[in-house]
Amino acid sequence: MSRPEGIQLMEGNHACAWGAIDAGARIFAGYPITPSSEIAEVCARELPAYGGIYIQMEDEIGSIAAVIGASLSGKKSFTATSGPGFSLMQENLGVGIYQEVPCVIVNIQRVGPATGLATKPAQADIMQARWGTHGDHSIIALAPATVEEMYYLTIRAFNLSERFRIPVILLGDQVIGQLYENIKLPDPESLEIVERKKPVVTPEEFYPYQPDENGVPPMAAYGDRHIVHASSTCHDLTGFSNFKAQTNRALLTRLKDKIYNYTDEITDVEHFGPDDAEVTLISFGASSRVCKYVVGEAEKEGIRVNLLRLISIWPFPDQVVQEALGKTGAVVVAEMNQGQLTGEVNRVNVTNTPVHLASGIDGELISPDIIMTGIREAVK
Amino acid sequence: MAVNLGYREYFKSDAMPLMWCSGCGNGIILRAITESLSDLQLPPHQVVVSTGIGCWGKADDYMKTHAFHGSHGRALAFGTGIKLGNPDLHVIALMGDGDALAIGGNHFIHAARRNMDVTAIISNNFNYGMTGGQYSPTTPLSSKTTTSPMGVAEPGFDVCALSEICGANYVARTTAYHVTQMKKFITAALQKKGFSVVEVINTCPTHFGKRNIPGDTASMMKHLKDTTVSKTRYDKLNDEEKHNYMVTGELVNRQRPDFLNVYKGYKPGDPEAAGGEGQK
Repeated sequence: MSRPEGIQLMEGNHACAWGAIDAGARIFAGYPITPSSEIAEVCARELPAYGGIYIQMEDEIGSIAAVIGASLSGKKSFTATSGPGFSLMQENLGVGIYQEVPCVIVNIQRVGPATGLATKPAQADIMQARWGTHGDHSIIALAPATVEEMYYLTIRAFNLSERFRIPVILLGDQVIGQLYENIKLPDPESLEIVERKKPVVTPEEFYPYQPDENGVPPMAAYGDRHIVHASSTCHDLTGFSNFKAQTNRALLTRLKDKIYNYTDEITDVEHFGPDDAEVTLISFGASSRVCKYVVGEAEKEGIRVNLLRLISIWPFPDQVVQEALGKTGAVVVAEMNQGQLTGEVNRVNVTNTPVHLASGIDGELISPDIIMTGIREAVK
Repeated sequence: MAVNLGYREYFKSDAMPLMWCSGCGNGIILRAITESLSDLQLPPHQVVVSTGIGCWGKADDYMKTHAFHGSHGRALAFGTGIKLGNPDLHVIALMGDGDALAIGGNHFIHAARRNMDVTAIISNNFNYGMTGGQYSPTTPLSSKTTTSPMGVAEPGFDVCALSEICGANYVARTTAYHVTQMKKFITAALQKKGFSVVEVINTCPTHFGKRNIPGDTASMMKHLKDTTVSKTRYDKLNDEEKHNYMVTGELVNRQRPDFLNVYKGYKPGDPEAAGGEGQK
């Protein structure tokens, strides 16, 4: 096979794999799991022609470990999984965050906990993506809602991970991952691809964790003359263990600030429907597609509804959500879980705007009825 | 004329003193590794040491090569990725017995099966030293540890037999006492294409030794000498005698093709290989 040309009817997972390849990913390490396995299959078939490598590891713990190792050797690397595998990855996700290793983890969400309603759709790993690994940390997560976004947001995920030296989660779901839509892959030359910043100092002057002005250290690769010491233990700018209180404080603060100080740059949302509305829907991923339909349905009932779609979930776009809360009569959060995003919306709700939850936990795409019920309740 | 790289080009002497207990053999193993690297004159920037967690997992703090210190049991999984990312690198995984064979057992058997071109140097002291001397998957049956006060009820792994059956290209066992032999095996392992394992039987005077081997630290070292024999000598022992000895020496040395060799040998882009996109 070669790169699909022209308009194609393509599966979301395939679009994700092509996005990764076009972003420059050359190593995929993974473990089969529905509904994400097609990403692995495309990589196994296509990566060798790009000089890349597909490896099937013994489990998801090993998969993310190999991804992190390969990235430290200078290759853009990624993995794809679903809930149970994402759970296994949490341990080494923390290693990747702490060692500041650019990489992408695709989680095509399915119903949990445990094996759950395998392998039906859900959006219930939002909080796991944020807080799944132990300890204070930052994370970036993006939520595609179309096949085209599976492609473009995968590229953006790589770009953000390279710019900020952090693992980025592509938080898809079974609906989007296995959805077929038309897509025309762009000319790869036309894409804006971000590469990690390399050190400009000599090997003798180089410290692997000496941050740049944006808090991100330039990155040498294993094999470079700039020696890299990457540690999962508290470390100073040399990368070596350092157990001083101020080292720990400085490291944790920098790892937070390097993301949170750039929330505006990372934030990506879509406003849909009228500017002024009685009810604002807040949603993401597959649920947001249903919301777009419901905006029209509500209008038929004489209710003015608009939608704030979160394309980036973490860091949470506090300000954008706060503005939306301040401008509307009530908010309905539509999500395929028991209220994980609703909790975040309430956290930033300084205007005390009424917030309702439209929760779809039936192992299928959230129905318009559930969201309409939420809207009717909100305008009661 | 190239600059001669002494072992101090690999060993971070300014990090001394070593954090390990007096009488522990880890320092001896570290010296042998750095001397082997020096013998082979491998440029430090072409070497990556990947460590896990535990006493021996701290070894990266004394290395001037590239280094990776990750999570407990995963040194080989990270090392696999490091090798895939840059196949020119020499990747050395330093793991203790619990690290390599309990929590990391799955990664260990699969790295061996895959025949990844990585060298594993296992410091086997028969217990979890860092956490206070609990029994590990190599603790011999009936030994006493802090979590087996009456004696451990599980038999221990034979690390070398496990490595062999899983597919490693090079397997050797030595002890912290046999310094010359240790260096010889590590040097051979580093040159070997494919998965190589050097198991170093180590002392742990603070925990395992104290409870199971009579005498002071020096007698524990002597115990290593007295309880190990070569394969040739071991084979001549009767079953009862065999129980009291461990085999040292080069146990496996073969030339199976390693993962990358096989993988890179395939031709990319076979259109019949898998279902194409956009065809459902």
